[in-house]
Amino acid sequence: MLHNLFIGELAERLSRREISSVELTRHFLSRIERLNPALNAFITLTGDQALGSAAAADARLGRGERGPLLGIPLIHKDIFCTDGVKTTCGSRMLDNFIAPYDATVVTRLKGAGTVMLGKSNMDEFAMGSSNETSYYGPVKNPWDTAKVPGGSSGGSAAATAARLAPLATGTDTGGSIRQPAALTGVTGLKPTYGRVSRYGMIAFASSLDQAGVFARSAGDAAAALQVMAGFDPRDSTSVDVPVPDYSKTLSQPLKGMKIGLLREFFADLEPRNAALLEDALSIFTGLGAETREVSLPHLPLSVPTYYVVAPAECSSNLSRFDGVRYGYRCENPKDLMDLYKRSRGEGFGAEVKRRIMTGTYVLSAGYFDAYYLKAQKARRLITDDFRSAFEKVDLVIGPTTPTPAFDIGAKMNDPVLMYLNDIYTIGANLAGLPGVSVPCGFVDGLPMGLQLIGPHFAEAKLLNAAHQYQQATDWHTHAPRGYES
Amino acid sequence: MSLTRQDVEKIAHLARLSITAQEMPVYVSSLSSIVDFVDELSRTDTEGVVPMAHPLDGQHQRLRADVVSESDTHEKYQLNAPAVTAGLYVVPRVIE
Repeated sequence: MLHNLFIGELAERLSRREISSVELTRHFLSRIERLNPALNAFITLTGDQALGSAAAADARLGRGERGPLLGIPLIHKDIFCTDGVKTTCGSRMLDNFIAPYDATVVTRLKGAGTVMLGKSNMDEFAMGSSNETSYYGPVKNPWDTAKVPGGSSGGSAAATAARLAPLATGTDTGGSIRQPAALTGVTGLKPTYGRVSRYGMIAFASSLDQAGVFARSAGDAAAALQVMAGFDPRDSTSVDVPVPDYSKTLSQPLKGMKIGLLREFFADLEPRNAALLEDALSIFTGLGAETREVSLPHLPLSVPTYYVVAPAECSSNLSRFDGVRYGYRCENPKDLMDLYKRSRGEGFGAEVKRRIMTGTYVLSAGYFDAYYLKAQKARRLITDDFRSAFEKVDLVIGPTTPTPAFDIGAKMNDPVLMYLNDIYTIGANLAGLPGVSVPCGFVDGLPMGLQLIGPHFAEAKLLNAAHQYQQATDWHTHAPRGYES
Repeated sequence: MSLTRQDVEKIAHLARLSITAQEMPVYVSSLSSIVDFVDELSRTDTEGVVPMAHPLDGQHQRLRADVVSESDTHEKYQLNAPAVTAGLYVVPRVIE
């Protein structure tokens, strides 16, 4: 079936003109129509527009043009601005917002000939680890619809796992690509801070946010990153570092690669999660990699550090939503202060308000040094730990999440418990490092992921290791029941 | 509770957020638990550590040439505004 093929195989069929992009697009649109009602993975569907883009891709193919993504359908997380298409960021605040321009990620993928099927559901303003904070309702995990898909890019993850598209974009501020990738059994790549442009990507925490991608294999993620990565003068955090050809190094042997086992990650691991990682380690050593233990003594500080830095930056970024220039405005404001307060109070959901208030508190007079400055110092300690680790090893490995997907509703009343879900992913964001989560087995019939983290701009090495692992295993080929055919 | 209702009311005002009477106790309790949680940082020795504001070393704000690079798109942008008259954003009267 078309939806079980990897992007490379789809591109080959498209280039041989065995299928057309229009046919491929119709195939995925009909799957979405049939399967999405149980998942709620979308906020907006753009079927008509998709068929137009697919016809344009077919015309390019007809002229002899070829490309790894030409004619390939995808889904964009609803955090990316899409010209003329509703862009909500999962919030009531932007329920009426029609983006007036394309994000650079969207422009680049469009230029490569991809076909946007729709905009995926997400935690409101990307704040959440379960996709339950969306104004548009929770996304369900295709492996078990009573479970969360993870967050914040839950819609993109669930849709990729359910084979509603071969590719979906996401963003990762504290784990929002890797954690849902792990919980839905797909491959999720968070590139280095500054590797992919954030122009047109609605800001949450600007020293942490990074765009990335969901796919069903490391090879597919590499093809997408190839197009997404690169310098963009419109993003002041975009870094002008050349983009290597990721496909060239994908199949390099792992012989001699040094992989570090993060002692702090393995310390309190649940036995079944630990067993899956042990299996993965033996695969990597079988492929010629060497493993050794490394320690990041300050890593346990990463969750409290993150929950100071991220809310602080969010409180600043979200001050732009004022009920004046765009977004939700309350009814009958009695004066300007009332307009600001009620537009924001009614337009934002509970978790977003909680984070804005946390951020406002840690930045307020008298508390700035004790919280924000302190967290920035702890962030330096964590980053330095990673730096020393990468003097000894090429990559580090650990679990992506402490547990498989949990029940919808299980952690919604305890924000701190929810925050601890990101315990293994946050470190990479604080240090600006690239990370990838790949499926590594099942616990209670639910997928689990392993995570590889590398030094800055080591995406090629991460994808190489992930790809070789996927050549030696078949965890990434498992489909949730009911979504194979 | 490390934060009082008055603390949260003050924070909500600074953040320009209306919080209903019903929501208030939930925020007092959850914000208190978050503050207690992040307070773990206070037990860490950070003597002499330089605060880190940017995850990559050696990055600095780029400057561009001071030339016009954008065209006037205010009409398109204002399509998203709740209230516009004659190209201006409309808000409640500020000066009587």
